[in-house]
Amino acid sequence: MGKNQQQQKICYVNTGPGQKPGVSKFFKKDFLFKFILFFSGFLVFLLVLSIFVSLILNSVPSLKEFGLKFFVSKTWDPVFEQFGALPFITGTLLTSFLAILITIPFSLAISIYLAEFTKHGFYPGFLKNSIDLLAGVPSVVYGFFGIFVIVPVIRYLQIKLHIEPYGVGIFTASIILSIMIIPFSSSLGREIIEMVPAEIKEAAYSLGSTRFEVIKYVILPYARSGITAGILLALGRAIGETMAVTMVIGNSNMMPESIFSPSNTMASVIANEFTEAVTSIHLSSLIEIGVVLFLVTTMISITGKIIIKKFAVHQ
Amino acid sequence: MENIRKRILKDRLFTLIVIVLSFTACIPLLAILGFIIKNGISSINLDFFIHLPKPVGEHGGGISNAIIGTFIVVGIAFVIATPLSLLAGIYLAENKKNFFSDVLRVGIDILASIPSIVIGIIAYLWVVKPMKSFSALSGGIALAIIMLPVVIKSTEETLSMVPDSLREASLALGVPYFRTILKVIVPAGLSGIITGILIAISRIAGETAPLLFTAFGNPFMNLNVTKPVNTIPLVVFNYSTSPYEQWHKIAWAAALVLIAIVFVFNFLARIISKKWKTKF
Repeated sequence: MGKNQQQQKICYVNTGPGQKPGVSKFFKKDFLFKFILFFSGFLVFLLVLSIFVSLILNSVPSLKEFGLKFFVSKTWDPVFEQFGALPFITGTLLTSFLAILITIPFSLAISIYLAEFTKHGFYPGFLKNSIDLLAGVPSVVYGFFGIFVIVPVIRYLQIKLHIEPYGVGIFTASIILSIMIIPFSSSLGREIIEMVPAEIKEAAYSLGSTRFEVIKYVILPYARSGITAGILLALGRAIGETMAVTMVIGNSNMMPESIFSPSNTMASVIANEFTEAVTSIHLSSLIEIGVVLFLVTTMISITGKIIIKKFAVHQ
Repeated sequence: MENIRKRILKDRLFTLIVIVLSFTACIPLLAILGFIIKNGISSINLDFFIHLPKPVGEHGGGISNAIIGTFIVVGIAFVIATPLSLLAGIYLAENKKNFFSDVLRVGIDILASIPSIVIGIIAYLWVVKPMKSFSALSGGIALAIIMLPVVIKSTEETLSMVPDSLREASLALGVPYFRTILKVIVPAGLSGIITGILIAISRIAGETAPLLFTAFGNPFMNLNVTKPVNTIPLVVFNYSTSPYEQWHKIAWAAALVLIAIVFVFNFLARIISKKWKTKF
């Protein structure tokens, strides 16, 4: 018998730490391995923390200079170094809420169709695959599509309606955004509708309800909080979306006058001006907008996740 | 009580509305694919893949630098993000209920919800500013941060599904903990882990916003990671917002190439998750 084999035998039999060389070696390795695992987790946590801290630190000049006025001032003027983010906050709110409004009927229909109507077969498969592909299309391609296809259509409509035919603007951006968030909100909605317990649905059916009545009086009221959370999470997505919006919103730093006027969102103004910012106050104002974006999307996503978790536990 | 006929009619109408609305949502996808294939396919030839972009006014020209650049930036992100996120994912799957992993999960949710443009700012502050130059490296780091939460989540989810009996069997045989994880648990969930990585790659390959002020774009071929580099999404963005007809054509073709790359990765991920799935 070789020495090696003997040692191996021992280490399988003994369980006490530190008694035999083979065993203690494994214990040390285990400890090291567990430490590496923990350390990686810690590193990721540190990353999130330092992202937050370094954003805040770099926006200090602008925070000091403008204070709360930053959020209510309408002028964004790099030449005179006056920075107020109200036009962009308005632009972001308008585009994302409009996008949500447009997307709700479609997403809800898809969630209901995939969760309650036919689950297997060609049509649901086709629908599911197209939605998945829609989720995979890069945002710059959406923007590109927007510039060359949606903008001319909107311009044509604006001429017909006798509005100034910009083509680009809040409404155009909302349409693109609403297409982009369909996969996200519909898959969330589907998951939530599928969580509704079968018993209560069956109870309603057995009382003679039609499918419409089951959905209207049983499923939707039951799943309401979850669906709201889904919409909230989709809103978070829409607020942070950059490229597609930047390409079709028209990039105007004025307060938007109507939903057809060109505007800028918080994300798109960063994309447009960050590389051109010469003065440090301009840069730090843009970073402060980044902080606002970070905080808003974080809060929305945490709230949404909590509601969904409660809903799921409730089952 | 409503008339039964009225109720059935309402139900039918509702069904019709749901089906029409659902399938209307497929139109944008078909339109996007249709337009991009129709307008892009004519500019796609071998030259497009092996030549550098030409100045305005000259015909032809390709995006070879952007294709190489995309692979460089995505490669850097992959090398940085994969080991870290696998380890963190294993940690979360192994420690389902303790205080730190709960905190970490919230942190990862936050990380996943940060808009990509903000990640761009971070990479700018952390890498571009100290190095005083836009670089492929900074772009790769930005994409790595985006990739992290995606891979961590998918790793955690897959490994949590591996049944405890496998782990217990291995431990009962006296196999040390780290070998149990590396030789039993991870191989059992390997297809899920690879799927997650492929999905993450397909997502970061199309990212533009975090590259605007990190990788920045470059009309020339560049293999130096400390210098700015061009990527396909940047080409689509810069060329489509330019006023030149000739550049628009290149943008269409670049968009086609980009979509093809993204879909290939997506498709691979699906095949792996379907065909190579270990069932428990």
